[in-house]
Amino acid sequence: MIRAISSFWARHQRKISPYLFVAPFFILFAVFLVYPVIYSFILSFYDARGLGARTFAGLENYRELLIDPRFRKAVVNTTYYAAGSVFFLSPLALLLALALNTAWLKLKGLFRVAFFIPVITSEVVVAVMFTLVFEQDYGLLNALLRSIGLDPIPWLRSPAWAMPSIILLGVWIWAGLNALYFLAGLQNIDQEYYEAAAIDGANSLQLFRYITVPLLKPVILFVVIQAIVGSYQLFTQPWILTSGGPQDATLTVTMYLYLQAFRFFNLGYASAIGYALVVIILTLSLIQLIGFGTFRREDA
Amino acid sequence: MLVERSVARPRASSAIKTRKLLTSAGRLVVWLALLAGVFMTAIPYIYMVSATFKPNTEIFAFPITLWPRNVTTFNYAQLFSEFPFARWFGNSVFVASVRTLLSVFLSALAGFGFAKYKFRGQHVLLVILLATVMLPFQILLVPLFIEMVAFRWLNTYWAVIVPFAANAFHIFLMRQYMLSIPDELLDAARIDGCSEFRIFATIALPIMKPGLAVISILAFVQSWNDFLWPLIVLSDINMFTANLGVATMIGPYRIQYGTIMAGSFLSTLPIIIFFLLMQRQFIAGLTAGAIKL
Repeated sequence: MIRAISSFWARHQRKISPYLFVAPFFILFAVFLVYPVIYSFILSFYDARGLGARTFAGLENYRELLIDPRFRKAVVNTTYYAAGSVFFLSPLALLLALALNTAWLKLKGLFRVAFFIPVITSEVVVAVMFTLVFEQDYGLLNALLRSIGLDPIPWLRSPAWAMPSIILLGVWIWAGLNALYFLAGLQNIDQEYYEAAAIDGANSLQLFRYITVPLLKPVILFVVIQAIVGSYQLFTQPWILTSGGPQDATLTVTMYLYLQAFRFFNLGYASAIGYALVVIILTLSLIQLIGFGTFRREDA
Repeated sequence: MLVERSVARPRASSAIKTRKLLTSAGRLVVWLALLAGVFMTAIPYIYMVSATFKPNTEIFAFPITLWPRNVTTFNYAQLFSEFPFARWFGNSVFVASVRTLLSVFLSALAGFGFAKYKFRGQHVLLVILLATVMLPFQILLVPLFIEMVAFRWLNTYWAVIVPFAANAFHIFLMRQYMLSIPDELLDAARIDGCSEFRIFATIALPIMKPGLAVISILAFVQSWNDFLWPLIVLSDINMFTANLGVATMIGPYRIQYGTIMAGSFLSTLPIIIFFLLMQRQFIAGLTAGAIKL
């Protein structure tokens, strides 16, 4: 019997072993990802409070989402943050990459390391550090403003300034990583294009507009989609700096999901918030892909 | 001819001079902007470290000081006496190490399977993986929490080690690395009677060391800095990771800023040292996504 098995194994091991290689991963993947994703979808159609009994509620949770003012506020806030990432952070990162890509620049290694450190620092620690930066009376930023004769700004204490502060913090964290993405893209562009265009008399603005930007398109697309996906997951910084306040000015979608699920134990409703997030992220990513012409023939 | 040249030359050279001046002025601006950027990146860290040596009354006082006037180690003493910080730190080391090992092992194994074999269902599995990469992990929080309750894993190491160990992104990276292993090498081993698993363990893994290092770093940092998931599944103060511990110190003890800063500083220090030692692998790992496009 054992011999029969071992000879079967010897003959077929090349066919069977790939399944054995991928099996451990996919078992965990099924238990901790695929099943929960489906379970969460089902749960979003139930009125589930706590871990006990649940009743089928159809589309009730989603209907509730559409009229829930706090959810709307969270979506608006998070979209505000995402817009900051796309229209402020990403161009800034591109500028940074262009600066880092110049041939004459010395100490490139130092700059790269310096701008990269915030990315690997835990967001909790970053937020803790920035309590002392944004502090209204004794914080670093306001000390700077006062020293140049400007009025201090109530960074985290005013509803108008709270989200811009979080966006600034986002820039501080992510500019370096996004610049590295752009830098990798810039270095993939063949220098010959620039030389040829320079011979034709193109100035540096034209070089940027007609060579750099079109050839950088895939990386720009990547950075923008990353920025959107990442932005809609915002949680830690506002959680620690403002707890979502003042007056829900920094309440984010993820924070609202967390509160509904683990403060109010509205598990069905929280699942619906999760799926609303999926819809938002997929829609925005799809718009980006179409806008960048990814599905057009010539690019295929 | 000669006269013409001697007239033309000074003009041209003055034009070149102005252009040179402009370029060097431009360079100076870029250089200063970059230095300002480095300064702005560094200053919060420096200020944090300095705050750890200040008494609380100096953190909130005018004028603000970068170098503490009254250097004290009170905050560090407080951190270890009032909070189980050593335990938190140990938890972080243990959880991040085990999760990294598990994660790297799983993805290396599966990456090898995908890169070096053709099998039925391969394509479907890859598509499923790719589809999940775009999903925000927030949709997992509620169902995974229910799962943890059912497994009785709340407040255990299992809850922070196992659920996020299987990472689709790691598989894609690993598969990419494994594709570069020449098939002839594997076939030669097969002719020598090597079993498929031994081929993986003794031939593929050693070749893959650089790739393994990159993924280990990614997995370790991710686990070390994890916040939202530990916040959900850990409520026993002795089970906290350093990161979660620091975050909870902010709540009820908001007054002890110096102590919170000391905890933050100590919990980041290993990652920063680790990064300074292995910059290249760090940067390779975190930019891998963009280069693949």
